[in-house]
Amino acid sequence: MSLSLIVKREFVAKVRNKSFIVMTFLSPLLFTAMAMLVGYLASVNDDEVIKIAIHDESGMLEPDFKDTKKIEYVNLSEMPLAVAKEKAAKSYEGLIYVPKVATPLELEKKVEYISDESPSMDFIDGVQDVINDKLFRYNLEQKNINYDEIGKAKAESEIHLSKFSGEESLKWFNEIKIGIGFAFGYLIMMFIIIYGNMVMRSVIEEKTNRIIEIIISSVKPFKLMMGKIIGTSMAGILQFLIWTVLGSGLMLIAANFLGINLTEVGAGAQLKEASENISNWMIYIPEVLSLPWATMLISFLVFFIGGFFLYSSIYASIGAAVDSETDSQQFLLPIILPLMLGVYVGFFTVINDPHGTVATVFSMIPLTSPIVMMMRIPFGVPVWQIIVSVVLLFATFFLVVWFAAKIYRIGILMYGKKPTYKEIFKWLKY
Amino acid sequence: MEPILEVKNVVKQYGNYTALNSVSLQVPRGSIYGLLGPNGAGKTSLIRIINQITMPDSGEVYLDGEKLNPSHIANIGYMPEERGLYKTMKVGEQALYLAQLKGLTKKQAKDQLEYWFDRLEIKGWWDKKIQELSKGMAQKIQFVVTVLHQPKLLIFDEPFSGFDPVNANLIKDEILALRDKGTTIIFSTHRMESVEEMCDHIALIHKSNKLIEGELNDVKKQYRTNTFEVGILSGNNHQVTGELSQKYQVAPASFKTLDDELKLQITLPEGVTSRQLLSDLVQKGDVTYFVEKIPSVNDIFIQTVSKR
Repeated sequence: MSLSLIVKREFVAKVRNKSFIVMTFLSPLLFTAMAMLVGYLASVNDDEVIKIAIHDESGMLEPDFKDTKKIEYVNLSEMPLAVAKEKAAKSYEGLIYVPKVATPLELEKKVEYISDESPSMDFIDGVQDVINDKLFRYNLEQKNINYDEIGKAKAESEIHLSKFSGEESLKWFNEIKIGIGFAFGYLIMMFIIIYGNMVMRSVIEEKTNRIIEIIISSVKPFKLMMGKIIGTSMAGILQFLIWTVLGSGLMLIAANFLGINLTEVGAGAQLKEASENISNWMIYIPEVLSLPWATMLISFLVFFIGGFFLYSSIYASIGAAVDSETDSQQFLLPIILPLMLGVYVGFFTVINDPHGTVATVFSMIPLTSPIVMMMRIPFGVPVWQIIVSVVLLFATFFLVVWFAAKIYRIGILMYGKKPTYKEIFKWLKY
Repeated sequence: MEPILEVKNVVKQYGNYTALNSVSLQVPRGSIYGLLGPNGAGKTSLIRIINQITMPDSGEVYLDGEKLNPSHIANIGYMPEERGLYKTMKVGEQALYLAQLKGLTKKQAKDQLEYWFDRLEIKGWWDKKIQELSKGMAQKIQFVVTVLHQPKLLIFDEPFSGFDPVNANLIKDEILALRDKGTTIIFSTHRMESVEEMCDHIALIHKSNKLIEGELNDVKKQYRTNTFEVGILSGNNHQVTGELSQKYQVAPASFKTLDDELKLQITLPEGVTSRQLLSDLVQKGDVTYFVEKIPSVNDIFIQTVSKR
């Protein structure tokens, strides 16, 4: 009875808060807007054409530089080098200088690129490719070998990625899975930090308001703490659900807009041929949609609740121990560390081997498991591992909350001085 | 009659510090009971135990003859010294919430709130936030929140601090009205005027020990010194003082009178009654003033505390 009252109050207080409303409805829009902006900026960059001047004294290479979408070559071989340099410096990105040589072989080391701006690796590779190709042809000619025959003899292999279950996978799909897993793991970390801080602030608020004494003369401190944690986590879950609904809404709109029939989702392989007409990245959409989304979303909720309960009970006890938010800093570091560890370990090990020892172990350790497990799930994790991880997480929560409640119970009635770790340890024994 | 609250040999220690050293109290039903003591005496520790905020290390507390248990929460109203309410929550919602935590249904809470808001003429505050109210206004809300669930036992820690005289009087009248309806009230305070005025029973706690307990008048009788303040109109002040000094312990006194009397403070020796003193005085001149010097709670408080 009183627990549900507290939960309700905490939930309403969080949800009515302006920052919650702004965060919930504005951040997906901001996120979309940002993605669009990045996309737009990238495409703007794509349209830009770089002009490169060529001064070819040998006359051997100039014809081989063909204009591309991004680069336009201008032949300045007619004018003297000094004039060409001056002109290039003024109106072109750079100048490729090919000196006069006796045989093409000398070109191997003698071509220069002059520019005040450092060129991209792609560009240098491109120029080198042109030279290499020229020399390759020349060498072949010297040995009376037909270049075209060599070309025909070359093979272009492509391996198919698939699972033992027969499912086919796409080449870049792993990277996409990592991206999605990382997003979920990161989201859990952010949720834990943001909502954990909310719990802490609300404890400090009650303490500095001095309403705490009135409330705990009506309910047990443990109930108050749990009510706070549950109420706040419900606000977090609501936010996540709104985001999910908004996100899938946006996805539906986007899919409709791009002309993809979502009813055929899952039949990724069949869609592949049909999708060759559409631009390249779109073939991934059905694949992405065929990920275990239900497992991922349910796991997110379960791991968020577990992780949040675990961390926020620590947050609550910190809030009870201090008098103001500024005093809380020294106690917050031990909370942030395992979270960061989870994100980094998760990112570096999961990307290498999602089912390797390190990734598996860290997806079991309760303080990091919510993050690391969320990163692994898109790759398909055996159900028993998820269950073990969840059980460990909740078992740890019950252990930690027992200690946290002791600190909380004593801390909320202590005013005046900032406690040390030693004193807090002593409270555990009261 | 059985006391409403009985504290039996309660001990509370924080680490090596003893906050309550085997304290026992009996709070009679329907009384206004003053719990006195200097700062740090252990009053708040005791109140927290009565409110079940903390547990005693040993000893028991009985409410209405029953050992204290969670169901008693609804029977106790507590206003802590450090007042506190949610600053950003609306007055009405907040009061409803706190009343429901005490076990009232929403309907009951609403009815009670309407009654009190009407009575204290604060109806328009329902949708205001605490941070928009003045300190005195917030105190009124605090009072309402404390008494809303009609507890049998009300505990006020320094009830009048923070109130202006008008509001303090208003609250005082409300407390007396509640007492008349049968509510028992415990005051924890070190402000003695309010004790003198309102309490019928007192207990004094000092350095974790209870030193005095009982009906206010009985306590005062214990501390009576058989000292009288007298005023005499006589021709020769010096001579009268001299004569009286032979029989009694005499000291100069000061009090307000209309004439220019000789003002003395006279303490009776063992076995001498006030009647004898008066008849002695009458022979010296016109007696215009004759009052027993009753020890004030303040005197008792200071005397007891400094004796230790």
